[in-house]
Amino acid sequence: MQDRITIAVTKGDRIVGQQLALLAQIGIEPHDDMLTSRKLVFTTKNPNVELLLLRGSDVATYVEHGIADLGMAGRDVLLEHGEQGYYQPLDLKLGRCRIMVAGLKDELPLPGRLRIATKFVKTAKQYYAEQGVQVDIIKLYGAMELAPVTGLAHRIVDIVETGNTLKANGLVAMEHIADVSTRLIVNKTAMKMKYSTIHQLIEQLRGVVG
Amino acid sequence: MNTSDRWLLPDGIDEVLPPEALNLERVRRRLLDIFAIWGYDYVIPPMVEFLESLLTGTGRDLDLKTFKITDQMSGRMMGVRADITPQVARIDAHSQNKKGVARFCYAGTVLHAQANNMLASRAPLHVGAELFGDSGSHADLEIVSLMVESLHSLEMPSVLIELGDVGIFRLLVQQLEIPSETEEKLFALIQKKAMVELETCVQALDLDADHKRIMLELPGLCGNAEVLARAEGVFGGYPQIMQRLASLGEVAQGIESRFSGIQIYYDLSELRGYNYHTGIVFAAYLGEARRRVAQGGRYDSIGSVFGRDRGATGFDVDVKTLAKFSTITEAKRPVVIAEPGAGIDDLPRWEKIRELRTAGYIVLESGKETVPHDFSLNQYDGEWQLTKTH
Repeated sequence: MQDRITIAVTKGDRIVGQQLALLAQIGIEPHDDMLTSRKLVFTTKNPNVELLLLRGSDVATYVEHGIADLGMAGRDVLLEHGEQGYYQPLDLKLGRCRIMVAGLKDELPLPGRLRIATKFVKTAKQYYAEQGVQVDIIKLYGAMELAPVTGLAHRIVDIVETGNTLKANGLVAMEHIADVSTRLIVNKTAMKMKYSTIHQLIEQLRGVVG
Repeated sequence: MNTSDRWLLPDGIDEVLPPEALNLERVRRRLLDIFAIWGYDYVIPPMVEFLESLLTGTGRDLDLKTFKITDQMSGRMMGVRADITPQVARIDAHSQNKKGVARFCYAGTVLHAQANNMLASRAPLHVGAELFGDSGSHADLEIVSLMVESLHSLEMPSVLIELGDVGIFRLLVQQLEIPSETEEKLFALIQKKAMVELETCVQALDLDADHKRIMLELPGLCGNAEVLARAEGVFGGYPQIMQRLASLGEVAQGIESRFSGIQIYYDLSELRGYNYHTGIVFAAYLGEARRRVAQGGRYDSIGSVFGRDRGATGFDVDVKTLAKFSTITEAKRPVVIAEPGAGIDDLPRWEKIRELRTAGYIVLESGKETVPHDFSLNQYDGEWQLTKTH
């Protein structure tokens, strides 16, 4: 590996563990334990590679501006981020789930103009625009399921993994918007300036992911 | 608005202050000097013009980027230019209408309603050159060479040149008879090299397996010189595309032999400016800047809406970004501060100051206490003399 490479990985106990396991298989292992350390920048056993530990949507921002050459982030945050400034050459097949529309199981008749609660504002807006439905979006930061139950919104757009949280709150998944999994993203300029190193990394990861 | 935010500039609108401003001006002048010795005529297009002519041939690429205002004289919509190229194309088609090849260059600020990215200036300074009336690959070679030469003259030898051709995807879409809605979708996915979504999209198309495979291979046709050979393997059955590959190869070969040791990156799926480019597209990347600093390409027949359909190619340089990394300097001039004279009619003092300025000194007529300086101009026995400052 000739060029220095910075890779941004997504914070979160489970997800960072899975991403690090992938990197370990191609010989990139941090010197410190990224799950317990309070550092944000990590050197690795490969002297030319360093890792950044960031929130998912920040991974996209750091890669867009070329501070990180590569990043690993969920497609849900990429869709919200606008997918500008980077390539998405590889599906890492981690953290698979779906973005879905959900509503109350015993839903009352709906009005013509729906209120939708979500943290995926851009994705929800675009989905309903494609369906030809005018909606009002309410941005929430967590506990989406509460919105239809309390009458804040008619429906929600949210990540669904098993559907258990929906079920526990009397909701059901109704419409499928997008499949989500962790993607490898590559800054466009870095791809050109460090092509052979990055190409080699992508191919190694492709071999591991299968 | 209160006193604490009255001084704020709008988002993405920047000013350039000393010493960067002078550095930027040096870069601008250096570029225009080079364009001049390559035979490019300088034009100064207007800041605003009617929207129809500004947005001509550029598709929707520039529409949302253009600030629009109503012309109160005519009631028509005007736009503040977001790109100077369409203006120069209009000049070539109408105002100048030269026979044969025409070469123009320009320098000016453009305004973007939406910035190119989160940190980009909404008022970039574009310096560029355009060549009209020649569709051959030697014209492409001339314009790419001019871009490389310009960057080299700014002491930026480490730039990477990217070459591609939007005509390849365009021909592929035509030959596979892909409807325009799907074309847009494919375009967006190929630009992102979003392989998972591209696979889903292509598999759903009504194409045979071979054609699907070609479409899926396109985003991977990037990298070093071996890309062209790989591409020949993929597009063997498409003579028109093979012809394009051959001309791209010629341009690349020309650049390599003219600028030894230059780094060239190929990406045959780079579709920047797809709505108005028609052939070779190229760009220059600067590692330190982590971004593109110059870009261009062929946009034949942009002038057809003005009644003049002919070959056109050109590029522009983002001078604000470039100037931050340019190291060109000029010899520092010594600064002199002149002591106050006997009165406003102290002519001997004035004559001396004028003489020093002509000899290359920077002379200030006041500010001894606050401005750093190398000499002071004092009067001894009625004579004005320079004294070195300690």
